[in-house]
Amino acid sequence: MNRPKVLAKERYLELYRKLVMIRRLEEKIDELFRQGVIKGAVHLSIGQEAVAVGVSEALDKKDLIIATHRGHGHCLMKGADLKSMMAELCGKATGLCKGKGGSMHIIDVKRGMLGAVGIVGSGMPMATGVGLAIKMQRTGQVCVCLFGDSASHGGMFHESLNVASLWKLPVVFICENNLYGLTVSMKKASAVKDIAIRAKAYAVPGVVVDGMDVLEVQRAVQRAVKRARDGLGPSLLECKTYRFMGHSRGDPAYGPYRTREEWESWKQRDPLLVLMNKGGLTSKEVEGIDREVSREIEEAVRFAEESPEPDLSSALEDIYA
Amino acid sequence: MRAITYAEALREALAEEMRRDERVFVFGEDVELGYAFTVCKGLIDEFGPERVRDTPICEQTIVGIAVGSSMIGMRPVPEIEFCDLLTLCMDQICNEAAKLRYMSGGQVCFPLVVRSPAGKWGSFGAQHSQTLDAWFMHVPGLKVAVPATPYDAKGLLKSAIRDDNPVLFIERKLLYQIPGPVPEGEYLVPLGQAKIHREGKDATVVAIGRMVSLALNASETLEKEGIKATILDPRTLVPLDRESILASVRETHRVVIVEEGCKTGGVGGEIAAVVSEEALDDLDAPIRRVAALDTPVPFNAALEDFVLPSEERIIQAVRDVVSF
Repeated sequence: MNRPKVLAKERYLELYRKLVMIRRLEEKIDELFRQGVIKGAVHLSIGQEAVAVGVSEALDKKDLIIATHRGHGHCLMKGADLKSMMAELCGKATGLCKGKGGSMHIIDVKRGMLGAVGIVGSGMPMATGVGLAIKMQRTGQVCVCLFGDSASHGGMFHESLNVASLWKLPVVFICENNLYGLTVSMKKASAVKDIAIRAKAYAVPGVVVDGMDVLEVQRAVQRAVKRARDGLGPSLLECKTYRFMGHSRGDPAYGPYRTREEWESWKQRDPLLVLMNKGGLTSKEVEGIDREVSREIEEAVRFAEESPEPDLSSALEDIYA
Repeated sequence: MRAITYAEALREALAEEMRRDERVFVFGEDVELGYAFTVCKGLIDEFGPERVRDTPICEQTIVGIAVGSSMIGMRPVPEIEFCDLLTLCMDQICNEAAKLRYMSGGQVCFPLVVRSPAGKWGSFGAQHSQTLDAWFMHVPGLKVAVPATPYDAKGLLKSAIRDDNPVLFIERKLLYQIPGPVPEGEYLVPLGQAKIHREGKDATVVAIGRMVSLALNASETLEKEGIKATILDPRTLVPLDRESILASVRETHRVVIVEEGCKTGGVGGEIAAVVSEEALDDLDAPIRRVAALDTPVPFNAALEDFVLPSEERIIQAVRDVVSF
């Protein structure tokens, strides 16, 4: 019963392509950031790719997501154009947001990516509102709200889960628990070990998911999406995952606040490795994909580099509708 | 013309807009019964519980719901029972509603109206009597409306609901039960257009919200002394009708600005700066501001009256600028 179906090799390769696309994109972002090409702050999700891919695989095109400041992967997986994304990260006029959003605030409304929200937890009340609008408009969509473990300690988490459950809104709340809020360990920040158990307080399903396994994420999200579409209300999924890089900028991957041993133990469960093992993929089999992805990313970088800076007058545009 | 109260005028605006546009809906604490100030009372009978919806007490999520739902095509009009509670919603108002259009390069807009009453209610103490208009003036991306009469309340609210931007619609508690002339049938008061309540050549009194009626009373006393003042209400603080204010100042050469919020960092400071930047040569006297003293609003009625602006202070300020 309920045994996962055996997937065709093509399916594994397709998923691998998506995971590696986020991985290589973010490695490139890191490189460009260190070179000073990308300014400000960047929050990389290297290590957490399985969540972005698993979520998007469980959604229809018309569904909506609200992501976090660590949202490159979510934006890309929702279908954003790689070149426009890269241009946005570089602050260029051709960027998705005309160079006014940047890494932390990347938005592609047409693709259903309603925003990478730069304030921790703020996407949750908004997603609740999106859920209410979906319900009132009877469009059959679902809104996925991604947030980190630290957002779940704040008030907006509790208010939003309560209201979304009360009104049976089609929202799926997905916590990407990467164990750290800035440099503060979950152990120091949370009174409970599993955030998913907080769901009980709001009478919604709370599920702990292996956030390193894209197929597990996809399956859990599919169940939650079905529940939402059936009018049964929200779910809370907690994807246990890990960021292999620091919080932001050039923070070290390990050092003062987490040990190399811990980091290495999670590295064993790299989402790319997990998928390759599950699908029996060999390095040779994925070589072609790696090359193709790298080429696409280089093209996007070139596009961004050759794109013009925004006209100064655009600073005064888009304030009011 | 018939007279209805400010609260009734607001309710008519909501009902008319809900009838003409099914995307408009109201929600918040106590809206089904129409507490605390009766504006939403009875709307549920016509529009039902989907469009007139009680929420738990969770102000930041109430505004967050407005942000999210307006983002995908609804036109929400949440009510926050006291404007003091907007402090809990600042993130959703200032960081989300006001910023996401800009940050997305214009991909999205937020046609939401947050209604909330400000100002004196009478011994409601420092957490239920504040006037925070100035805070929201400071955030590009928001519009701010402050109606002073039932006529303006209805016409401005209808315009605010049809506007594609987030509007803070800041009402006044002591005005809710005051009647005034409101025509039958539909009309709009555009955002960004001041209203001159009476004209006089000796001074311009720019008054906001409940201060308009105080200024009008003051002007009657002043007229007996031979001083004729223009009483001008900007009606919206963002966009601010600078032209009307400046045109009036260029005629009267003297200006007094009256607001119910604290003086420091207040609306009056901004308007005074506009006048001094644009019309300094036209001024024959220093600009005067009449505002609440820089204290929390006290509970004791006599202390409360002492702290808040009064007719007497307005009269004195106008006398000062005229005799300068």
